[in-house]
Amino acid sequence: MTAVFPDIWPALPEIFLALSGVALLMLGVFRGDGFTRPVSYLSIVCMLLAAVLAMGYGSGRVVTFNGMFVMDAFGVFMKVLVLVSAAFAVILGLGFNEREQMARFEYPVLMIFATLGMLMMISANDFISLYVGLETQSLALYVIAAFRRDSAKSSEAGLKYFVLGSLSSGMLLYGASLVYGFAGTTSFDKVAALFAGGAHVSPGLVIGLVFVMAGLAFKVSAAPFHMWTPDVYEGAPTPVTAFFAAAPKVAAIALLTRVVMEPFGHLAAQWHQVLVATAILSMVIGSFVAIMQTNIKRLMAYSSIGHVGYALVGLTTGTQDGVRGVLIYMALYIAMNIGAFAVILSMKAKGQMLEEIKDFSGLSKTNPMLAATMAIFMFSMAGIPPMAGFFGKLYVFLAAVAAQEYTLAVVGVLTSVVGAFYYLRIIKIMYFDEPAVVVDKVDDDGMTGVLVITSLFTLLFFVAPAPILNGAAAAAAALFAG
Amino acid sequence: MASWPILSFATFLPLVGVALILLFCRGNTPDVLRNVRFISLWTTLVTFVLTLLVWANFDPRNPGYQMVEKAGWIPEFGINYHMGVDGISVLFVVLAGFLMPLCILASWESVQVRLKEYMIAFLALETLMIGMFCALDFVLFYMFFEGVLIPMFLIIGIWGGPRRVYAAFKFFLYTLLGSVLMLLAILAMYYVAGTTDIPTITATQFPRNMQLWLWLAFFASFAVKVPMWPVHTWLPDAHVEAPTAGSVILAGVLLKMGGYGFLRFNIPILPEATEYFAPLIYTLSVVAVIYTSLVALAQEDMKKLIAYSSVAHMGFVTIGMFALNQQGIEGSVFQMLSHGVVSGALFLCVGVVYDRLHTREIARYGGLVKNMPKYAVIFLFMTMASVGLPGTAGFVGEFLVLMGVFRDNTWVAALAATGMVLGAAYALWLYRRVVYGKLTKPDVKAMFDVTPREIAVFLPLIAVVLWMGIYPSSFLNVTSASVEQLIQTYQTKLAASHAASGVSVAAR
Repeated sequence: MTAVFPDIWPALPEIFLALSGVALLMLGVFRGDGFTRPVSYLSIVCMLLAAVLAMGYGSGRVVTFNGMFVMDAFGVFMKVLVLVSAAFAVILGLGFNEREQMARFEYPVLMIFATLGMLMMISANDFISLYVGLETQSLALYVIAAFRRDSAKSSEAGLKYFVLGSLSSGMLLYGASLVYGFAGTTSFDKVAALFAGGAHVSPGLVIGLVFVMAGLAFKVSAAPFHMWTPDVYEGAPTPVTAFFAAAPKVAAIALLTRVVMEPFGHLAAQWHQVLVATAILSMVIGSFVAIMQTNIKRLMAYSSIGHVGYALVGLTTGTQDGVRGVLIYMALYIAMNIGAFAVILSMKAKGQMLEEIKDFSGLSKTNPMLAATMAIFMFSMAGIPPMAGFFGKLYVFLAAVAAQEYTLAVVGVLTSVVGAFYYLRIIKIMYFDEPAVVVDKVDDDGMTGVLVITSLFTLLFFVAPAPILNGAAAAAAALFAG
Repeated sequence: MASWPILSFATFLPLVGVALILLFCRGNTPDVLRNVRFISLWTTLVTFVLTLLVWANFDPRNPGYQMVEKAGWIPEFGINYHMGVDGISVLFVVLAGFLMPLCILASWESVQVRLKEYMIAFLALETLMIGMFCALDFVLFYMFFEGVLIPMFLIIGIWGGPRRVYAAFKFFLYTLLGSVLMLLAILAMYYVAGTTDIPTITATQFPRNMQLWLWLAFFASFAVKVPMWPVHTWLPDAHVEAPTAGSVILAGVLLKMGGYGFLRFNIPILPEATEYFAPLIYTLSVVAVIYTSLVALAQEDMKKLIAYSSVAHMGFVTIGMFALNQQGIEGSVFQMLSHGVVSGALFLCVGVVYDRLHTREIARYGGLVKNMPKYAVIFLFMTMASVGLPGTAGFVGEFLVLMGVFRDNTWVAALAATGMVLGAAYALWLYRRVVYGKLTKPDVKAMFDVTPREIAVFLPLIAVVLWMGIYPSSFLNVTSASVEQLIQTYQTKLAASHAASGVSVAAR
């Protein structure tokens, strides 16, 4: 094989982000912690620039780096989502980190490296590059989870995440090695070609496939691999939780989608039932267990488990419509999730963070705008029209009905009614109860900006839904064209 | 024909009021609050005028959709912004427009806390209600239909009575549970027909087996909304806890969404299933009419009594609808309109005394005729209308429904007629206990008669009830062409499918 210099253009966003991460790291090291804000601002700029670069890619499917790396419209859509949500997460952390004395320049730099890992996950076209991307992301995330190192809770969250995360990585790796053993290749394209030709599917390969999916289910926090989520969400510093609930989830869903659609696209009969079980369990656990929560971050953790369940409903269908539903769902979920966390981060009394659900009591009287914003996100997450969340559910269930997955669709809508109960409970506490504590005004411009953007997006999405819907449709089509 | 998008104006004008309140009314001084009240009143009045214009522009001889607006919304997915009214929906638009200013007036003094949010919730509610009756696209319809839950949830939960939280949750979750099943049915139809356009789907023939499931899904949603026995239990709770104006809208318009849904979707789109399930509807409705009338007799709470009477009256509506003939369906549409006005007025009557004594317990009142003679007259008039006295709105609807159902099934007609007798019993007994009797309680003695503002609220209601009772043609004319077409669609599709399946069509 002759050594040819690979085509690096499809990987331009990754390369740019890697270089800027290194540059910002050096900037931070030389200028010290006093330079945290500029580094944070620059990291936001870099992420958004990388998003622009990704958007500039255009369309068409290109495989490069010896088949390790793939770029297509699906990748563009997911990368933009990941980058934008990561940028928002950095903004959310600005004020919090300074108040809580954890403003160190490593924070935005680690976020950049985590994001870089996610971009590589999205573009992985081989089990090796998949693993490299996944671990780049995970290592950075473990550190960020424990970023408040003088807090026992944060350290515990980091450690828990690390132990369970490595376990899941191990499972994934084991699964990948089984697939390699039985298929003879790690390349997605070659695996796909093998089964397109109708090759015999050996039980060993199916076991490998199930291990890979279990590992990925850990990463997207789908039940029954969701145990780490509530603890990590509760223990990690809140901006980190906001980040966890957004960007890594998108990247992991993208990865899962690509893995089941591309290399194992012809093995739908094998993975279908696994995904059905996972989706149903996630929806049920996400909605029922959330009812009992008293901590808002734990509630958001269960809520995110439920939402992953809905997204998986779309994936289960294995159709282009289903993938489109997943993409729309994730895009809208990101917006409302970041918004909800922005509200949670704004909840403080006399400079102290409030994390209990009962602290929201009577918020509509003490801080009407904040309460109205949270109400928008809660109604949206419950899937009540005309909020954005409704459209996410609409397209996922449409795909499920079209694929005649009636059980999934019915379980989905019924659990969404159960879910509506606990989202409504937050609204009830904010609007129907008497104030308990006086919540401080939102004095952080960045936070206000995030709140305004996400709430307007969630509320007014129905006015012009076409851009996101069409983007998702194009991205889904790209995955099926290849 | 109006060349400007009159339906969109009528639908979204209340949101302009919301914007005005949000932009210009800051602070909580009495001046600001007065401005909030007047902005809301004027917005709803102008909207009412617009809905009247819709009626004026409506051509009763044309059975199809009129004043149609169509614009691309999500064209790639075959989803459009499609609005229009036919003879069945046009009067509901007017009803919503008519009741709204009265609700604002009725809340003029009784609502003191968080007035701004209250008015915003009501204005948003008006947009959603009018939009729902005009929507000709399933996704658009569903958005309005479900969206109604948000303001109503807040209205019950914030300004309601002592058990408001329970009632608000029950209302929301009950209705949501029904609606999500309907959403699945809509999606299944979308999958088959490739569009969410209601007229197109109405022309589509669905396989029989699928129809049965779709029908049940729609039924789950509308039966809760109507509400039909045995899924009516949210209604008494919601009514009792909701503020007066909330009850008026709930009984006046929201319940009609269910009836409207049956007429618009179940009957023309799923005729075979409708034929198959009509006995189920008859049974449930007859049970509702008799059982809830008896339950109403036992009530201690005025609002609860009227709430149960609503369930009974809506039972008539569903009976008439599924008689599936001209009299029955026209009667049920008329009954819905008259019930909207009459039960709204009855809730306002309760509101008048509630504002003075702050209790709805029947036993706490008595002898009001002595110190509140004007009130006694108004209340008597509305009670009579509710009982169905000839010359009032209630009579026409019930008469037509009974006539229609008599042609289809005499037993159902006979059982429904006993409901009318029971209806007279509980309504008159309520009146007797509240208005007649000895005026002994000192706090009841201190109650003053209706104020000019309250009279201003009741006068239009009385006028409309009389108009509907004495000259019902002005309303029936509007509906008849569309109802005729509805029945024709139903029978043509039914005949086609019967012929296809080789079953001879029994003479009806």
